[in-house]
Amino acid sequence: MKKDIADVPTPFWRNKKVIPFLAQGIFAVIIAISLLFLFSNALDGLRQMGISLGFDFLKSSASFGISESLIDYTPESSYGTAFLVGVLNTLRVSFFGIIIASLIGLVVGISRLSNNWLVNKTASIYVEIFRNTPLLVQISIWYFAVFLPLPRIEESTRFLFSYFSNRGSAIPWFQATSGTLVWVLLFAVGVIASVIVWKLRLKKQIETGENKRPGVWAIGVVILSLVIAFLATFQAPFNITLPTVEGRSFMGGLRLSPEFLAILLGLVIYTSTYIGEIVRGGIQSVQKGQVEAAKALGLKPSTTMRLVIFPQAIRVIIPPVTSQYLNLIKNSSLAIAVGYQEVVSVGETINNQTGKAIESVTIMILVYLTFSLLTSFFMNQFNKRSQIVER
Amino acid sequence: MNNNETTTKNEMAPPKSSIGVPGWLKQNLFSNWWNTLLTIIFTVITIYVVKGTFTWVFFTAEWSVVSENFKLLMVGQYPDEELWRVWTALSIFTALVGISWGVWKGTMGHVSIFLGVVMAITMVVPFIAVGSRIWLAANIGLLVLGFAIGKQSEKLKKPVLVGWFLLVPIGMFFIEGFGLLNEVSTNFWGGFLLTCLIAIISIIASFPIGILLALGRRSNLPIIKWFSIIYIELIRGIPLITVLFVAQLMLPLFLGDTIELDKVLRAMIGFTLFNAAYLAENVRGGLQSLPRGQYEAAQALGLNKAKMMTFVIMPQALKAVIPAMVGQFISIFKDTVLVSIVGLIDLLGMAKKIIANPQFLGTQMESFVFVAFVFFMICYLMSYVSRRLERSLGVGER
Repeated sequence: MKKDIADVPTPFWRNKKVIPFLAQGIFAVIIAISLLFLFSNALDGLRQMGISLGFDFLKSSASFGISESLIDYTPESSYGTAFLVGVLNTLRVSFFGIIIASLIGLVVGISRLSNNWLVNKTASIYVEIFRNTPLLVQISIWYFAVFLPLPRIEESTRFLFSYFSNRGSAIPWFQATSGTLVWVLLFAVGVIASVIVWKLRLKKQIETGENKRPGVWAIGVVILSLVIAFLATFQAPFNITLPTVEGRSFMGGLRLSPEFLAILLGLVIYTSTYIGEIVRGGIQSVQKGQVEAAKALGLKPSTTMRLVIFPQAIRVIIPPVTSQYLNLIKNSSLAIAVGYQEVVSVGETINNQTGKAIESVTIMILVYLTFSLLTSFFMNQFNKRSQIVER
Repeated sequence: MNNNETTTKNEMAPPKSSIGVPGWLKQNLFSNWWNTLLTIIFTVITIYVVKGTFTWVFFTAEWSVVSENFKLLMVGQYPDEELWRVWTALSIFTALVGISWGVWKGTMGHVSIFLGVVMAITMVVPFIAVGSRIWLAANIGLLVLGFAIGKQSEKLKKPVLVGWFLLVPIGMFFIEGFGLLNEVSTNFWGGFLLTCLIAIISIIASFPIGILLALGRRSNLPIIKWFSIIYIELIRGIPLITVLFVAQLMLPLFLGDTIELDKVLRAMIGFTLFNAAYLAENVRGGLQSLPRGQYEAAQALGLNKAKMMTFVIMPQALKAVIPAMVGQFISIFKDTVLVSIVGLIDLLGMAKKIIANPQFLGTQMESFVFVAFVFFMICYLMSYVSRRLERSLGVGER
């Protein structure tokens, strides 16, 4: 009997080896047909409008202005240069945004755990307000309701050596001098040397059991490097320039446009609430026993924080913070609403001018995917170093 | 034994300095010099900010921009004589909330009270039309009536669930018309109504796509797996605004002359495609959190793959990620304001349009703060519900 059943050939549509192939084949065909349909439509449409496909247009002259640029840019520059300006503007706002948001986020996260009732509550109200309202609304408030209604440049508001006007703001800033390079180099050497000295003294302290004051030695080495730098240059490391109003523009200081300030403030405040919650969660995830064990070993609270809680919390914190950084970079595209010209905004302008929709969107997508991959790569490297080394 | 008794007898009251108001103050605000310093600094800042906000809200701000445009902000250009349809859809929603409150109590009760209070406040503010007041009063009545009915019997659970599922199609029928009522085309949808419709419809539509993508990503068929991975990572790697541009500007190009979609529908498609990728990652998290034993047990019972997924795996996986999904819904709800960039007149778009009107010059702050406030109330309510769900479902606790 058994033999009979085995002899009956399995029909191919019930064969376990065939089904997956068949299913995938059908799936692939459906996808291919839909893509073909979409693209043939698009090509037809473009042909009717008399637009050709291709990236040649990147070389032709852009003929639109960009108010803020980190590199030389004039309306005669090419579309390719315009895109580059956009990318650099995205990077500029993201870079400062990530640094400031991390710092504020850290403060907010620690404040949320503070045993001071007032600090604790202030931090949680800050978090609730800013994470429960849309980022675009916040950016709009900063731009349309805070920075644009400021007085004209001649009557700008003064506060702490800074000027605020509807055409931009200026704050005191550092200015490099001829000695800056020497200072920076010697300082870097000093820091590296101090780390080496600190490690050596610490090693000796562990070997001999006597207090060899590694911290004092390390700071001493850094100070020594700064003294040498001063003796070498007889100059301060940098000058501080204060902004002044001359006619209808600012002189000196660091000038910031209202667009840049609005998008930066919006991104920083919004992202810092998320980072704050992540930091809080990370610190809370460290088990109580760890803190108690550290106390039992006689560690000071600051040492407990630095050597016991923080290394364990950072492991929990890094992956979600990475995705917040990526969110911040992606959210910087909202700058289009206030006219800060980053990559999406530039791409949109080019799209409107040339009708090269497919090409500009492809460039935008490639730019953002590169950012995402790079950020994940760096954060993964950092993450690997803080992971538990398991047996 | 003896020892125990002595301790109970000699148990001393806590020292005066650690109880009562002074004790609380000392413990929470002035425990050491550092805390005292912080308290003083924060008190000064708080007083300054609260006073400033208070003065602005009650004296400086020109709220007439909100009161005169209240209808525009809420429902946009929706024709006045057809407004009863929006009210009817809202009333069905309110009744369902009320009945659910009666049946499930707990969190639903908090939601109901919130809804009732908001309606009551809206009802008494001076600039609301008389017709709207009557509708609001009726809605509050429905809420209470629903609660009374829901409390009567446990048997209502299933009908109420069915009601929730039918809410969206019925609501859409009233708002759009579908040929039976006078058609109100999407051009007339606007304000807060448009915000809600885009959010709700794209959330619901992205659900099946998200689940399929999550399953696809875990599939061992390479073509399906790689398709899902590429789709999810591509969408998650780019900003929402680019997806919206593609949907708004390039979709007509890609679809050719054969299929015509209006602006609102295109925005909904953009949101759906975007949300599906994020939802897929949430669901995948749920699937990964399930122990292998669940799959093996289902297989041992002789369930085939489809049954195993629908009856054993999916219910558990989805339950585990409810809080994460609510978080995703909150963020998609907030992100709906992006449609104002591509030219739709949602709540933010309407606010922008109003301040462009010379009559309301210089009222940017009032308009945007109102928009922010509306979003704040809803998002705060949702995150509150999510936190309670997290606790009652027992996820996220170790």
